[in-house]
Amino acid sequence: MAGHAGPLRTARATTARGLTEPAPVRWLLTAVALGFLGLFLVVPLAAVFVEAFGKGLNAYLSAVSEPDAYAALKLTLIAAGIAVPLNMLFGLCAAWAIGKFDFRGKNLLTTLIDLPFAVSPVISGMVFVLMFGRQGVFGPWLSAHDIKIIFAVPGIVLATLFVSFPFVAREIIPVMEASGSQEEEAARVLGASGFQTFFRVTLPNIKWGLLYGVILCNARAMGEFGAVSVVSGHIRGLTNTLPLHVEILYNEYNFQGAFAVASLLAFLALITLLLKVIVERRSIQA
Amino acid sequence: MASRHTVLPGFRVTLGFTILYLCLIVVLPLLTLPARTATLPWSSIWRTISDPRVVASYKLSVSTSLWAAGVNAIFGLLVAWVLVRYQFPGKRIIDALIDLPFALPTAVAGITLTTLYAPNGWIGKPLDRWGIKVAFTPLGIIVALVFIGLPFVVRTLQPVIEDLEVEIEEAATSLGASRGVVLWRIILPYLFPAWLTGFALSFARAVGEYGSVVFISGNMPMTTEISPFLIMTKLEQYDYAGATAIAVVMLLISFVLLLTVNALQSWSSRKLAH
Repeated sequence: MAGHAGPLRTARATTARGLTEPAPVRWLLTAVALGFLGLFLVVPLAAVFVEAFGKGLNAYLSAVSEPDAYAALKLTLIAAGIAVPLNMLFGLCAAWAIGKFDFRGKNLLTTLIDLPFAVSPVISGMVFVLMFGRQGVFGPWLSAHDIKIIFAVPGIVLATLFVSFPFVAREIIPVMEASGSQEEEAARVLGASGFQTFFRVTLPNIKWGLLYGVILCNARAMGEFGAVSVVSGHIRGLTNTLPLHVEILYNEYNFQGAFAVASLLAFLALITLLLKVIVERRSIQA
Repeated sequence: MASRHTVLPGFRVTLGFTILYLCLIVVLPLLTLPARTATLPWSSIWRTISDPRVVASYKLSVSTSLWAAGVNAIFGLLVAWVLVRYQFPGKRIIDALIDLPFALPTAVAGITLTTLYAPNGWIGKPLDRWGIKVAFTPLGIIVALVFIGLPFVVRTLQPVIEDLEVEIEEAATSLGASRGVVLWRIILPYLFPAWLTGFALSFARAVGEYGSVVFISGNMPMTTEISPFLIMTKLEQYDYAGATAIAVVMLLISFVLLLTVNALQSWSSRKLAH
Protein backbone atom coordinates (compact mmCIF):
# COMPACT_ATOMS: atom_id res chain seq x y z
CA MET A 1 0.00 0.00 0.00
CA ALA A 2 2.97 2.29 0.47
CA GLY A 3 3.80 5.11 -1.88
CA HIS A 4 1.80 5.02 -5.05
CA ALA A 5 3.92 7.34 -7.08
CA GLY A 6 1.91 9.80 -9.05
CA PRO A 7 -1.85 10.02 -9.31
CA LEU A 8 -1.45 13.66 -10.26
CA ARG A 9 0.98 12.87 -13.03
CA THR A 10 -1.26 10.17 -14.49
CA ALA A 11 -4.27 12.46 -14.39
CA ARG A 12 -2.41 15.21 -16.22
CA ALA A 13 -0.91 12.90 -18.82
CA THR A 14 -4.18 11.24 -19.74
CA THR A 15 -6.10 14.50 -19.88
CA ALA A 16 -3.43 16.13 -22.03
CA ARG A 17 -3.47 13.28 -24.55
CA GLY A 18 -7.22 13.35 -24.86
CA LEU A 19 -7.40 9.88 -23.30
CA THR A 20 -10.23 10.56 -20.98
CA GLU A 21 -13.97 10.60 -20.77
CA PRO A 22 -15.99 13.61 -22.01
CA ALA A 23 -16.12 16.46 -19.48
CA PRO A 24 -19.76 15.98 -18.36
CA VAL A 25 -19.07 12.29 -17.71
CA ARG A 26 -15.98 13.21 -15.72
CA TRP A 27 -17.93 15.68 -13.61
CA LEU A 28 -20.72 13.21 -13.03
CA LEU A 29 -18.35 10.41 -11.99
CA THR A 30 -16.38 12.73 -9.73
CA ALA A 31 -19.58 14.00 -8.14
CA VAL A 32 -20.87 10.48 -7.49
CA ALA A 33 -17.52 9.34 -6.05
CA LEU A 34 -17.23 12.39 -3.81
CA GLY A 35 -20.86 12.06 -2.73
CA PHE A 36 -20.25 8.45 -1.74
CA LEU A 37 -17.07 9.31 0.17
CA GLY A 38 -18.78 12.27 1.80
CA LEU A 39 -21.64 10.10 3.00
CA PHE A 40 -19.46 7.23 4.21
CA LEU A 41 -16.30 8.95 5.44
CA VAL A 42 -16.68 12.69 5.96
CA VAL A 43 -20.11 12.77 7.59
CA PRO A 44 -19.27 10.06 10.19
CA LEU A 45 -15.96 11.73 11.01
CA ALA A 46 -17.68 15.09 11.47
CA ALA A 47 -20.44 13.48 13.51
CA VAL A 48 -17.94 12.16 16.09
CA PHE A 49 -16.75 15.66 16.90
CA VAL A 50 -20.18 17.30 16.71
CA GLU A 51 -21.63 14.76 19.16
CA ALA A 52 -18.56 15.04 21.40
CA PHE A 53 -18.78 18.81 21.72
CA GLY A 54 -22.58 18.98 21.43
CA LYS A 55 -23.08 19.77 25.10
CA GLY A 56 -20.27 22.27 25.32
CA LEU A 57 -16.62 22.24 26.18
CA ASN A 58 -17.15 21.73 29.91
CA ALA A 59 -19.16 18.54 29.44
CA TYR A 60 -16.48 17.35 27.05
CA LEU A 61 -13.62 18.05 29.43
CA SER A 62 -15.36 16.43 32.38
CA ALA A 63 -16.09 13.32 30.28
CA VAL A 64 -12.50 12.84 29.17
CA SER A 65 -10.96 13.64 32.56
CA GLU A 66 -13.17 11.29 34.55
CA PRO A 67 -11.11 8.66 36.51
CA ASP A 68 -12.43 5.67 34.52
CA ALA A 69 -11.57 7.37 31.25
CA TYR A 70 -8.13 8.13 32.62
CA ALA A 71 -7.65 4.50 33.68
CA ALA A 72 -8.77 3.34 30.21
CA LEU A 73 -6.31 5.70 28.56
CA LYS A 74 -3.54 4.40 30.79
CA LEU A 75 -4.31 0.77 29.95
CA THR A 76 -4.47 1.57 26.23
CA LEU A 77 -1.04 3.21 26.46
CA ILE A 78 0.36 0.24 28.42
CA ALA A 79 -0.96 -2.30 25.90
CA ALA A 80 0.34 -0.33 22.91
CA GLY A 81 3.57 0.45 24.78
CA ILE A 82 4.29 -3.26 25.11
CA ALA A 83 2.85 -4.47 21.79
CA VAL A 84 4.39 -1.91 19.44
CA PRO A 85 8.08 -2.27 20.51
CA LEU A 86 7.85 -6.08 20.66
CA ASN A 87 6.19 -6.31 17.25
CA MET A 88 8.75 -3.85 15.90
CA LEU A 89 11.61 -6.01 17.17
CA PHE A 90 9.91 -9.02 15.62
CA GLY A 91 9.39 -7.17 12.34
CA LEU A 92 13.06 -6.20 12.17
CA CYS A 93 14.25 -9.76 12.89
CA ALA A 94 11.81 -11.29 10.43
CA ALA A 95 12.72 -8.79 7.71
CA TRP A 96 16.47 -9.32 8.27
CA ALA A 97 16.16 -13.11 8.07
CA ILE A 98 13.71 -13.11 5.14
CA GLY A 99 15.15 -10.16 3.24
CA LYS A 100 18.86 -10.93 3.46
CA PHE A 101 19.07 -14.72 3.44
CA ASP A 102 17.79 -17.63 1.39
CA PHE A 103 16.27 -20.56 3.17
CA ARG A 104 13.64 -23.20 2.68
CA GLY A 105 10.12 -22.46 3.89
CA LYS A 106 10.43 -18.72 3.36
CA ASN A 107 7.05 -18.44 1.64
CA LEU A 108 5.35 -20.43 4.37
CA LEU A 109 6.89 -18.15 6.99
CA THR A 110 5.69 -15.03 5.15
CA THR A 111 2.19 -16.47 4.89
CA LEU A 112 2.10 -17.37 8.59
CA ILE A 113 3.11 -13.82 9.51
CA ASP A 114 -0.01 -12.50 7.75
CA LEU A 115 -2.32 -14.93 9.57
CA PRO A 116 -3.65 -12.48 12.19
CA PHE A 117 -5.07 -10.35 9.36
CA ALA A 118 -7.18 -13.26 8.19
CA VAL A 119 -8.76 -14.05 11.53
CA SER A 120 -11.89 -12.41 12.92
CA PRO A 121 -11.12 -10.15 15.91
CA VAL A 122 -13.51 -12.16 18.05
CA ILE A 123 -11.69 -15.40 17.20
CA SER A 124 -8.35 -13.69 17.89
CA GLY A 125 -9.47 -12.99 21.42
CA MET A 126 -11.18 -16.31 21.79
CA VAL A 127 -8.03 -18.39 21.19
CA PHE A 128 -6.48 -16.79 24.28
CA VAL A 129 -9.59 -17.63 26.29
CA LEU A 130 -9.26 -21.23 25.07
CA MET A 131 -5.66 -21.23 26.29
CA PHE A 132 -5.81 -19.32 29.55
CA GLY A 133 -9.52 -19.12 30.44
CA ARG A 134 -11.19 -20.92 33.33
CA GLN A 135 -11.75 -24.07 31.25
CA GLY A 136 -8.81 -23.41 28.97
CA VAL A 137 -5.70 -25.52 28.35
CA PHE A 138 -3.70 -23.84 31.12
CA GLY A 139 -6.78 -22.77 33.11
CA PRO A 140 -6.50 -25.22 36.02
CA TRP A 141 -2.75 -24.65 36.40
CA LEU A 142 -3.17 -20.87 36.33
CA SER A 143 -5.93 -20.85 38.90
CA ALA A 144 -3.94 -23.22 41.14
CA HIS A 145 -1.08 -20.71 41.08
CA ASP A 146 -3.44 -17.76 41.37
CA ILE A 147 -2.33 -16.18 38.10
CA LYS A 148 -4.95 -14.24 36.16
CA ILE A 149 -4.51 -13.70 32.43
CA ILE A 150 -8.05 -13.60 31.07
CA PHE A 151 -10.16 -10.74 32.46
CA ALA A 152 -6.88 -9.09 33.46
CA VAL A 153 -4.20 -6.88 31.95
CA PRO A 154 -1.97 -9.73 30.57
CA GLY A 155 -4.88 -11.00 28.43
CA ILE A 156 -5.39 -7.55 26.97
CA VAL A 157 -1.69 -7.26 26.18
CA LEU A 158 -1.69 -10.71 24.52
CA ALA A 159 -4.73 -9.93 22.38
CA THR A 160 -3.18 -6.60 21.38
CA LEU A 161 0.11 -8.32 20.49
CA PHE A 162 -1.81 -10.75 18.29
CA VAL A 163 -3.90 -8.28 16.31
CA SER A 164 -1.06 -5.79 15.73
CA PHE A 165 1.47 -8.55 15.00
CA PRO A 166 1.97 -8.37 11.18
CA PHE A 167 2.03 -4.60 10.56
CA VAL A 168 5.75 -3.79 10.96
CA ALA A 169 6.97 -7.03 9.42
CA ARG A 170 4.83 -6.80 6.32
CA GLU A 171 5.88 -3.19 5.67
CA ILE A 172 9.64 -3.74 5.95
CA ILE A 173 10.07 -7.25 4.52
CA PRO A 174 9.51 -5.98 0.94
CA VAL A 175 11.79 -2.98 1.54
CA MET A 176 14.61 -5.19 2.85
CA GLU A 177 14.16 -7.64 -0.01
CA ALA A 178 14.23 -4.84 -2.57
CA SER A 179 17.36 -3.16 -1.19
CA GLY A 180 19.35 -6.42 -1.50
CA SER A 181 22.41 -7.17 0.58
CA GLN A 182 25.34 -5.77 -1.39
CA GLU A 183 25.62 -2.61 0.71
CA GLU A 184 25.65 -4.59 3.93
CA GLU A 185 28.17 -7.05 2.51
CA ALA A 186 30.43 -4.19 1.51
CA ALA A 187 30.20 -2.71 5.00
CA ARG A 188 31.10 -6.07 6.55
CA VAL A 189 34.04 -6.63 4.22
CA LEU A 190 35.31 -3.15 5.07
CA GLY A 191 35.36 -4.20 8.72
CA ALA A 192 32.07 -2.96 10.17
CA SER A 193 30.58 -5.04 12.98
CA GLY A 194 27.14 -6.58 12.62
CA PHE A 195 25.45 -3.88 14.67
CA GLN A 196 27.37 -1.08 12.92
CA THR A 197 26.24 -2.52 9.60
CA PHE A 198 22.65 -2.62 10.76
CA PHE A 199 22.50 0.85 12.26
CA ARG A 200 24.64 2.65 9.65
CA VAL A 201 23.62 0.87 6.45
CA THR A 202 20.36 -1.05 6.81
CA LEU A 203 18.38 1.22 9.10
CA PRO A 204 18.73 4.35 6.92
CA ASN A 205 17.45 2.30 3.98
CA ILE A 206 14.37 1.01 5.72
CA LYS A 207 13.55 3.87 8.07
CA TRP A 208 10.48 5.14 6.22
CA GLY A 209 9.02 1.69 5.81
CA LEU A 210 9.74 1.00 9.47
CA LEU A 211 8.06 4.22 10.59
CA TYR A 212 5.07 3.48 8.37
CA GLY A 213 4.70 0.03 9.87
CA VAL A 214 5.02 1.36 13.42
CA ILE A 215 2.31 3.97 12.78
CA LEU A 216 -0.12 1.36 11.46
CA CYS A 217 0.79 -1.08 14.24
CA ASN A 218 0.18 1.56 16.87
CA ALA A 219 -3.17 2.58 15.41
CA ARG A 220 -4.38 -1.01 15.50
CA ALA A 221 -2.94 -1.64 18.97
CA MET A 222 -4.70 1.39 20.45
CA GLY A 223 -7.94 0.96 18.55
CA GLU A 224 -8.59 -2.79 18.75
CA PHE A 225 -12.03 -3.62 20.04
CA GLY A 226 -13.29 -7.14 19.28
CA ALA A 227 -10.29 -9.19 20.40
CA VAL A 228 -9.71 -7.09 23.50
CA SER A 229 -13.40 -7.17 24.33
CA VAL A 230 -13.36 -11.00 24.53
CA VAL A 231 -10.49 -11.17 27.01
CA SER A 232 -11.23 -8.07 29.04
CA GLY A 233 -14.27 -8.88 31.16
CA HIS A 234 -15.10 -5.15 31.12
CA ILE A 235 -14.07 -4.30 34.66
CA ARG A 236 -14.33 -0.53 34.94
CA GLY A 237 -11.11 1.19 35.87
CA LEU A 238 -9.16 -2.08 35.66
CA THR A 239 -9.47 -3.90 32.34
CA ASN A 240 -11.01 -1.27 30.10
CA THR A 241 -9.14 0.18 27.19
CA LEU A 242 -10.38 3.36 25.50
CA PRO A 243 -12.47 1.57 22.84
CA LEU A 244 -14.06 -0.62 25.54
CA HIS A 245 -14.77 2.42 27.66
CA VAL A 246 -16.54 3.98 24.68
CA GLU A 247 -18.74 0.90 24.48
CA ILE A 248 -19.62 0.96 28.18
CA LEU A 249 -20.56 4.64 28.14
CA TYR A 250 -22.62 4.16 24.99
CA ASN A 251 -24.50 1.18 26.43
CA GLU A 252 -25.26 3.25 29.54
CA TYR A 253 -26.90 5.83 27.24
CA ASN A 254 -24.19 8.35 28.15
CA PHE A 255 -23.86 9.29 24.48
CA GLN A 256 -22.08 12.56 25.04
CA GLY A 257 -19.46 10.87 27.23
CA ALA A 258 -19.07 8.02 24.72
CA PHE A 259 -18.47 10.43 21.86
CA ALA A 260 -16.12 12.58 23.94
CA VAL A 261 -13.88 9.56 24.55
CA ALA A 262 -14.43 8.41 20.96
CA SER A 263 -13.23 11.79 19.73
CA LEU A 264 -9.85 11.09 21.37
CA LEU A 265 -9.60 7.94 19.28
CA ALA A 266 -10.82 9.75 16.16
CA PHE A 267 -8.14 12.36 16.78
CA LEU A 268 -5.57 9.57 17.02
CA ALA A 269 -6.87 8.23 13.69
CA LEU A 270 -6.45 11.64 12.05
CA ILE A 271 -2.88 11.92 13.35
CA THR A 272 -2.22 8.42 11.99
CA LEU A 273 -3.50 9.44 8.56
CA LEU A 274 -1.44 12.64 8.61
CA LEU A 275 1.77 10.82 9.59
CA LYS A 276 1.04 8.25 6.91
CA VAL A 277 0.81 10.92 4.21
CA ILE A 278 4.05 12.55 5.42
CA VAL A 279 5.92 9.24 5.51
CA GLU A 280 4.62 8.25 2.08
CA ARG A 281 5.77 11.52 0.58
CA ARG A 282 9.20 11.23 2.21
CA SER A 283 9.66 7.65 1.06
CA ILE A 284 8.89 8.66 -2.52
CA GLN A 285 11.45 11.48 -2.35
CA ALA A 286 14.08 9.26 -0.71
CA MET B 1 19.72 -23.03 6.78
CA ALA B 2 21.30 -20.39 4.62
CA SER B 3 21.95 -22.01 1.28
CA ARG B 4 24.86 -19.85 0.20
CA HIS B 5 27.84 -18.40 1.99
CA THR B 6 27.38 -14.87 3.15
CA VAL B 7 29.32 -12.44 5.25
CA LEU B 8 26.19 -11.07 6.85
CA PRO B 9 25.74 -12.04 10.49
CA GLY B 10 22.70 -12.75 12.57
CA PHE B 11 20.82 -15.24 10.43
CA ARG B 12 20.36 -17.84 13.17
CA VAL B 13 19.49 -15.34 15.88
CA THR B 14 16.96 -13.37 13.84
CA LEU B 15 15.32 -16.40 12.26
CA GLY B 16 15.26 -18.18 15.61
CA PHE B 17 13.57 -15.23 17.31
CA THR B 18 11.17 -14.81 14.38
CA ILE B 19 10.01 -18.41 14.57
CA LEU B 20 9.85 -18.51 18.36
CA TYR B 21 7.84 -15.28 18.59
CA LEU B 22 5.56 -16.28 15.70
CA CYS B 23 4.82 -19.61 17.39
CA LEU B 24 4.19 -18.09 20.81
CA ILE B 25 1.97 -15.20 19.75
CA VAL B 26 0.22 -16.55 16.65
CA VAL B 27 0.61 -20.22 15.79
CA LEU B 28 0.16 -21.88 19.18
CA PRO B 29 -2.86 -19.77 20.17
CA LEU B 30 -4.50 -20.43 16.80
CA LEU B 31 -3.82 -24.17 17.09
CA THR B 32 -5.95 -24.33 20.24
CA LEU B 33 -8.97 -23.88 17.99
CA PRO B 34 -8.61 -27.11 15.97
CA ALA B 35 -7.26 -28.86 19.09
CA ARG B 36 -10.37 -27.93 21.01
CA THR B 37 -12.60 -28.94 18.11
CA ALA B 38 -10.98 -32.37 17.99
CA THR B 39 -11.95 -33.05 21.59
CA LEU B 40 -15.62 -32.30 20.93
CA PRO B 41 -17.96 -35.13 19.93
CA TRP B 42 -19.47 -34.68 16.47
CA SER B 43 -22.97 -34.76 17.85
CA SER B 44 -22.36 -31.74 20.05
CA ILE B 45 -20.72 -29.76 17.25
CA TRP B 46 -23.64 -30.60 14.98
CA ARG B 47 -26.16 -29.64 17.65
CA THR B 48 -24.54 -26.22 17.97
CA ILE B 49 -24.13 -25.40 14.31
CA SER B 50 -27.51 -26.72 13.21
CA ASP B 51 -29.33 -24.61 15.78
CA PRO B 52 -31.67 -22.39 13.71
CA ARG B 53 -30.36 -19.30 15.48
CA VAL B 54 -26.77 -20.15 14.52
CA VAL B 55 -27.73 -21.01 10.94
CA ALA B 56 -29.57 -17.69 10.67
CA SER B 57 -26.44 -15.88 11.89
CA TYR B 58 -24.27 -17.59 9.25
CA LYS B 59 -26.72 -16.67 6.51
CA LEU B 60 -26.87 -13.09 7.76
CA SER B 61 -23.10 -12.73 8.08
CA VAL B 62 -22.40 -14.14 4.62
CA SER B 63 -25.21 -12.30 2.81
CA THR B 64 -24.55 -8.88 4.38
CA SER B 65 -20.81 -9.32 3.71
CA LEU B 66 -21.47 -10.17 0.06
CA TRP B 67 -23.75 -7.16 -0.34
CA ALA B 68 -21.21 -4.85 1.30
CA ALA B 69 -18.33 -6.23 -0.76
CA GLY B 70 -20.46 -5.76 -3.89
CA VAL B 71 -21.24 -2.13 -3.05
CA ASN B 72 -17.57 -1.56 -2.32
CA ALA B 73 -16.52 -3.21 -5.56
CA ILE B 74 -18.69 -0.82 -7.58
CA PHE B 75 -18.04 2.40 -5.67
CA GLY B 76 -14.44 1.46 -4.89
CA LEU B 77 -13.71 1.09 -8.60
CA LEU B 78 -15.33 4.44 -9.27
CA VAL B 79 -13.43 6.16 -6.43
CA ALA B 80 -10.09 4.63 -7.45
CA TRP B 81 -10.64 5.67 -11.06
CA VAL B 82 -11.63 9.23 -10.16
CA LEU B 83 -8.69 9.57 -7.73
CA VAL B 84 -6.12 8.38 -10.26
CA ARG B 85 -7.44 9.80 -13.50
CA TYR B 86 -9.27 13.04 -12.72
CA GLN B 87 -8.19 16.25 -11.09
CA PHE B 88 -10.25 18.18 -8.60
CA PRO B 89 -9.58 20.44 -5.62
CA GLY B 90 -8.90 18.66 -2.34
CA LYS B 91 -7.84 15.46 -4.06
CA ARG B 92 -4.88 14.81 -1.74
CA ILE B 93 -7.03 15.17 1.38
CA ILE B 94 -9.69 12.86 -0.02
CA ASP B 95 -7.01 10.36 -0.99
CA ALA B 96 -5.63 10.39 2.57
CA LEU B 97 -9.13 10.02 4.03
CA ILE B 98 -9.67 6.72 2.18
CA ASP B 99 -7.65 5.01 4.92
CA LEU B 100 -9.91 6.37 7.67
CA PRO B 101 -11.70 3.01 8.17
CA PHE B 102 -8.29 1.39 8.76
CA ALA B 103 -7.27 4.04 11.27
CA LEU B 104 -10.54 4.68 13.10
CA PRO B 105 -11.20 2.15 15.87
CA THR B 106 -14.17 -0.02 14.93
CA ALA B 107 -16.09 0.80 18.12
CA VAL B 108 -15.97 4.51 17.22
CA ALA B 109 -17.21 3.73 13.72
CA GLY B 110 -19.95 1.58 15.22
CA ILE B 111 -21.43 4.12 17.61
CA THR B 112 -21.11 6.93 15.05
CA LEU B 113 -22.89 5.07 12.26
CA THR B 114 -25.59 3.98 14.69
CA THR B 115 -26.18 7.56 15.82
CA LEU B 116 -26.25 8.80 12.22
CA TYR B 117 -28.65 6.15 10.95
CA ALA B 118 -30.91 5.84 14.00
CA PRO B 119 -34.51 6.97 13.32
CA ASN B 120 -33.71 10.38 14.86
CA GLY B 121 -30.18 10.69 13.39
CA TRP B 122 -28.83 13.03 10.69
CA ILE B 123 -29.28 10.46 7.93
CA GLY B 124 -31.79 8.14 9.61
CA LYS B 125 -34.45 10.83 10.04
CA PRO B 126 -34.94 11.76 6.37
CA LEU B 127 -34.77 8.06 5.43
CA ASP B 128 -37.32 7.24 8.09
CA ARG B 129 -39.76 9.65 6.46
CA TRP B 130 -39.48 7.55 3.31
CA GLY B 131 -40.16 4.45 5.37
CA ILE B 132 -36.56 3.18 5.12
CA LYS B 133 -35.12 1.85 8.34
CA VAL B 134 -31.36 1.36 8.49
CA ALA B 135 -30.21 1.10 12.09
CA PHE B 136 -31.13 -2.19 13.81
CA THR B 137 -31.89 -3.89 10.46
CA PRO B 138 -29.69 -5.96 8.11
CA LEU B 139 -29.35 -2.81 5.99
CA GLY B 140 -27.54 -1.15 8.90
CA ILE B 141 -25.11 -4.07 9.06
CA ILE B 142 -24.39 -3.58 5.36
CA VAL B 143 -23.75 0.15 5.91
CA ALA B 144 -21.19 -0.64 8.63
CA LEU B 145 -19.51 -3.30 6.48
CA VAL B 146 -19.32 -0.93 3.50
CA PHE B 147 -17.51 1.57 5.72
CA ILE B 148 -15.05 -1.08 6.98
CA GLY B 149 -14.31 -2.62 3.58
CA LEU B 150 -14.03 0.43 1.32
CA PRO B 151 -10.23 0.97 1.57
CA PHE B 152 -9.50 -2.61 0.50
CA VAL B 153 -11.01 -2.16 -2.97
CA VAL B 154 -9.71 1.38 -3.52
CA ARG B 155 -6.16 0.66 -2.33
CA THR B 156 -5.94 -2.56 -4.34
CA LEU B 157 -7.09 -0.89 -7.55
CA GLN B 158 -5.23 2.44 -7.34
CA PRO B 159 -1.71 1.17 -8.13
CA VAL B 160 -3.05 -1.02 -10.93
CA ILE B 161 -4.86 1.91 -12.56
CA GLU B 162 -1.66 3.96 -12.22
CA ASP B 163 0.30 1.20 -13.95
CA LEU B 164 -2.11 1.04 -16.89
CA GLU B 165 0.00 1.86 -19.89
CA VAL B 166 -1.43 4.95 -21.50
CA GLU B 167 0.16 3.86 -24.79
CA ILE B 168 -2.24 0.91 -25.10
CA GLU B 169 -5.25 3.18 -24.71
CA GLU B 170 -3.65 5.58 -27.15
CA ALA B 171 -3.11 2.84 -29.70
CA ALA B 172 -6.69 1.61 -29.39
CA THR B 173 -8.05 5.14 -29.68
CA SER B 174 -5.92 5.94 -32.73
CA LEU B 175 -7.12 2.70 -34.34
CA GLY B 176 -10.63 4.06 -34.06
CA ALA B 177 -11.95 2.54 -30.83
CA SER B 178 -14.42 4.73 -28.98
CA ARG B 179 -13.83 5.62 -25.34
CA GLY B 180 -16.55 3.17 -24.31
CA VAL B 181 -14.93 0.32 -26.21
CA VAL B 182 -11.52 1.16 -24.70
CA LEU B 183 -13.01 1.10 -21.20
CA TRP B 184 -15.01 -2.06 -21.72
CA ARG B 185 -12.58 -4.13 -23.80
CA ILE B 186 -9.18 -2.97 -22.54
CA ILE B 187 -9.30 -1.27 -19.16
CA LEU B 188 -11.90 -3.33 -17.31
CA PRO B 189 -10.43 -6.75 -18.25
CA TYR B 190 -7.00 -5.48 -17.17
CA LEU B 191 -8.35 -4.34 -13.80
CA PHE B 192 -10.45 -7.45 -13.24
CA PRO B 193 -7.99 -9.59 -11.21
CA ALA B 194 -7.16 -6.71 -8.84
CA TRP B 195 -10.85 -5.89 -8.62
CA LEU B 196 -11.61 -9.46 -7.52
CA THR B 197 -8.79 -9.28 -4.97
CA GLY B 198 -10.25 -6.08 -3.53
CA PHE B 199 -13.69 -7.68 -3.41
CA ALA B 200 -12.29 -10.76 -1.64
CA LEU B 201 -10.33 -8.73 0.92
CA SER B 202 -13.35 -6.58 1.63
CA PHE B 203 -15.55 -9.66 1.96
CA ALA B 204 -13.09 -11.49 4.23
CA ARG B 205 -12.85 -8.51 6.52
CA ALA B 206 -16.63 -8.14 6.62
CA VAL B 207 -17.41 -11.75 7.59
CA GLY B 208 -15.34 -11.51 10.77
CA GLU B 209 -16.12 -7.90 11.61
CA TYR B 210 -17.45 -7.24 15.07
CA GLY B 211 -16.91 -3.75 16.52
CA SER B 212 -18.55 -1.62 13.88
CA VAL B 213 -21.51 -3.98 13.49
CA VAL B 214 -22.66 -4.83 17.02
CA PHE B 215 -23.94 -1.33 17.72
CA ILE B 216 -25.88 -0.72 14.52
CA SER B 217 -27.25 -4.27 14.18
CA GLY B 218 -29.25 -4.36 17.41
CA ASN B 219 -28.39 -8.09 17.75
CA MET B 220 -31.89 -9.51 17.59
CA PRO B 221 -31.83 -13.33 17.39
CA MET B 222 -32.76 -14.73 13.96
CA THR B 223 -32.83 -11.33 12.22
CA THR B 224 -29.83 -9.11 13.03
CA GLU B 225 -27.49 -11.33 15.00
CA ILE B 226 -24.12 -11.89 13.27
CA SER B 227 -21.95 -14.97 13.89
CA PRO B 228 -19.10 -13.15 15.70
CA PHE B 229 -21.70 -11.79 18.14
CA LEU B 230 -22.99 -15.31 18.81
CA ILE B 231 -19.44 -16.46 19.55
CA MET B 232 -19.12 -13.59 22.00
CA THR B 233 -22.41 -14.57 23.68
CA LYS B 234 -21.34 -18.21 24.03
CA LEU B 235 -17.99 -17.17 25.52
CA GLU B 236 -19.74 -14.94 28.04
CA GLN B 237 -21.80 -17.97 29.11
CA TYR B 238 -18.56 -20.02 29.39
CA ASP B 239 -19.86 -22.27 26.59
CA TYR B 240 -16.39 -22.73 25.05
CA ALA B 241 -17.50 -25.78 23.06
CA GLY B 242 -20.34 -23.89 21.39
CA ALA B 243 -18.14 -20.90 20.64
CA THR B 244 -15.47 -23.15 19.14
CA ALA B 245 -17.95 -24.95 16.89
CA ILE B 246 -19.38 -21.68 15.55
CA ALA B 247 -15.89 -20.25 15.02
CA VAL B 248 -14.63 -23.29 13.11
CA VAL B 249 -17.55 -23.17 10.68
CA MET B 250 -17.04 -19.42 10.25
CA LEU B 251 -13.37 -20.00 9.38
CA LEU B 252 -14.37 -22.76 6.95
CA ILE B 253 -16.92 -20.53 5.20
CA SER B 254 -14.46 -17.69 4.66
CA PHE B 255 -11.75 -20.16 3.66
CA VAL B 256 -13.93 -21.75 0.96
CA LEU B 257 -15.07 -18.37 -0.37
CA LEU B 258 -11.52 -17.04 -0.50
CA LEU B 259 -10.38 -20.20 -2.28
CA THR B 260 -13.12 -19.67 -4.86
CA VAL B 261 -12.13 -16.07 -5.42
CA ASN B 262 -8.44 -17.04 -5.69
CA ALA B 263 -9.32 -19.62 -8.32
CA LEU B 264 -11.39 -17.07 -10.24
CA GLN B 265 -8.55 -14.61 -9.97
CA SER B 266 -5.86 -16.92 -11.32
CA TRP B 267 -8.25 -17.97 -14.08
CA SER B 268 -8.88 -14.36 -15.10
CA SER B 269 -5.23 -13.32 -14.96
CA ARG B 270 -4.27 -16.38 -17.02
CA LYS B 271 -6.90 -15.37 -19.53
CA LEU B 272 -5.50 -11.86 -19.53
CA ALA B 273 -1.98 -13.09 -20.24
CA HIS B 274 -3.08 -14.73 -23.50
